[in-house]
Amino acid sequence: MYVAVKGGEKAIANAHRLFAAKRRGDAGLPGLSVEQIVNQLSFAVDRVMGEGSLYDRELAAIAIRQAQGDLIEAIFLVRAYRTTLPRFGYSVALETAEMRIARRISATFKDLPGGQMLGPTFDYSHRLIDFALDADAPAEEPARSASGAEEMANIPRVIDLIGADGMMEEDPAPREDGSVGDLTREPLDFPADRDLRLQNLARGDEGFLLALGYSTQRGYARTHPFVGEIRMGEVEVGFFAEELGFEVTVGRVTVTECQMINQFTGSARMKPKFTRGYGLVFGHAERKAMSMSLVDRALRWKELGEEAGAAAQDEEFVLSHSDNIQASGFVEHLKLPHYVDFQAELDLIRTLHRDAETRAEGATNREAAE
Amino acid sequence: MSLDTISAEAPAYNFAYLDEQTKRMIRRAILKGIAIPGYQVPFASREMPMPYGWGTGGMQVTAAIIGPDDILKVIDQGSDDTTNAVAIRNFFKRTAGVAMTFRTADASIIQTRHRIPEEKLRSDQVLVFQVPIPEPLRFLEPRETETRKMHALSEYGLMHVKLYEDIAHHGHIATTYAYPVMVENRYVMDPSPIPKFDNPKLDNTPALQLFGAGREKRIYALPPYTRVKSLDFEDHPFSVQDWPDTQCAMCGATGVYFDEVILNDLGERMFVCSDSDYCEHRQEAGHFGAEHASYKERMK
Repeated sequence: MYVAVKGGEKAIANAHRLFAAKRRGDAGLPGLSVEQIVNQLSFAVDRVMGEGSLYDRELAAIAIRQAQGDLIEAIFLVRAYRTTLPRFGYSVALETAEMRIARRISATFKDLPGGQMLGPTFDYSHRLIDFALDADAPAEEPARSASGAEEMANIPRVIDLIGADGMMEEDPAPREDGSVGDLTREPLDFPADRDLRLQNLARGDEGFLLALGYSTQRGYARTHPFVGEIRMGEVEVGFFAEELGFEVTVGRVTVTECQMINQFTGSARMKPKFTRGYGLVFGHAERKAMSMSLVDRALRWKELGEEAGAAAQDEEFVLSHSDNIQASGFVEHLKLPHYVDFQAELDLIRTLHRDAETRAEGATNREAAE
Repeated sequence: MSLDTISAEAPAYNFAYLDEQTKRMIRRAILKGIAIPGYQVPFASREMPMPYGWGTGGMQVTAAIIGPDDILKVIDQGSDDTTNAVAIRNFFKRTAGVAMTFRTADASIIQTRHRIPEEKLRSDQVLVFQVPIPEPLRFLEPRETETRKMHALSEYGLMHVKLYEDIAHHGHIATTYAYPVMVENRYVMDPSPIPKFDNPKLDNTPALQLFGAGREKRIYALPPYTRVKSLDFEDHPFSVQDWPDTQCAMCGATGVYFDEVILNDLGERMFVCSDSDYCEHRQEAGHFGAEHASYKERMK
């Protein structure tokens, strides 16, 4: 049956209505509130903020609700909104050494100034489904240290402690004019500087970075990593206001920072010392921050004079495929009609078949004649 | 005010969605593209409220050039009523509120995916293509750093080798859509995945042709009356698809691009015009194909 070409408009409207009903589910149950999502699904909110690259918990929660829990879809909603917002300028660099720390661990030192602070974490819990978990029951009041250490700021970064001995590579110098790259304003160009690479990774898909980071541990661009430090907590965001002539604090954001320390035995360009991979992500996102720091370090092979050849070291490969909004859009566009191109391919295959038949007939005729 | 009421307020968007600064940035890229026909101009593509790969490049180009007096036509696979064309048309209806048309001749801007209308375009019309992969050399060389160099040096040997190998293996050039073209004897360009049937329409066209690739962040252009030649060899000249002895089952047209429609599980099929506006126009003028009467009967 030839289906009328008209009707797309109506079909779309109906599909959207059906989908809205699916989103709401059983109308007899209370709908999710934004506050509930912000409070009780904080990791989902953090992921949407990080990969959506917009720090706004409520907006992320609204997006998660609208996307029915599909986080990539929620990230897409946030991105599409973010791109319409006016840009006032760039903040001054965050000072993570002045973080109000909620969690801070180092795998390289047993104890260190400021101490290890486990904080809230999945680590060391047994992954047993808690069938008895009562979602409405209040959680047991957590123990807090008498000194109020979780509010403590100015805990030196582990990297700076080792750096004092000259065994650690120095922080890279910022550009002379203080500018930073921004791939949301200028198209990414290769080779990309490290600031752009880090921006790309910070917005990149957690799963993609996790797999790439994992691959470096399994021998594809081995970088001998140690977790120098993971810290999570609030930092102040400063903005230099030209009109005022001084810096003002515009707010606080929760971030997770990972400093990976990597063994480095030296190359023609650099003497042996510890090198670093860096990860910084909005919210509480250790898996992402760690993956990011592994990939960041792997991407630095050229600057350090190492050999390349693995996927995680390939800048164009990593940076061109890390964005899950670009990736999901292009993969899923295959759902769109392609019948014009398919018709063209059909035509080619038919032509090739005809050619082959003609050749085969010619061969048979020749044989018969012989 | 609770968070839920905040979220209920609709944010206000600019005319045609993009802010004016972004539009200026895109127009600069378009102008550069017009100045260097066939050259891919990088631009700071924005996230659009539709997915990458679904026409975000074409939409950004259209948004940057559209004005309140424009009349917009949106087609996908040659038809105004395919789902994605409907979605894009609704987007501009909602954000720009301009007049829409299905009629090729009435449109001042035509945004298209995978086809060029059968009707000849005029100098007061702009054709905007949605482009998935703007780089014609991409499937021969995946690295952008390399392909940019190849364009800079007009180093297109690899492409000719590919076409030659096709002929050696199959006796034909096995590219049927997104068939590469040479623009003004300088840049090899991807015409977007239009069937090669449409390639000759790119050449020496009075209309301005703009190409937008959102995900890949590239814009390129063919100004009016640009020389566009499909790549070929002297002894294997470029040729387009043809359907000998085939007429449109609805309007009886010949020499157009056809959609093949499977009628039943016995493998019976019919061919209809891919360009739905062209087909309807012909039917209104009294041209009918073999299936026209039975189709109208069923639609009653």
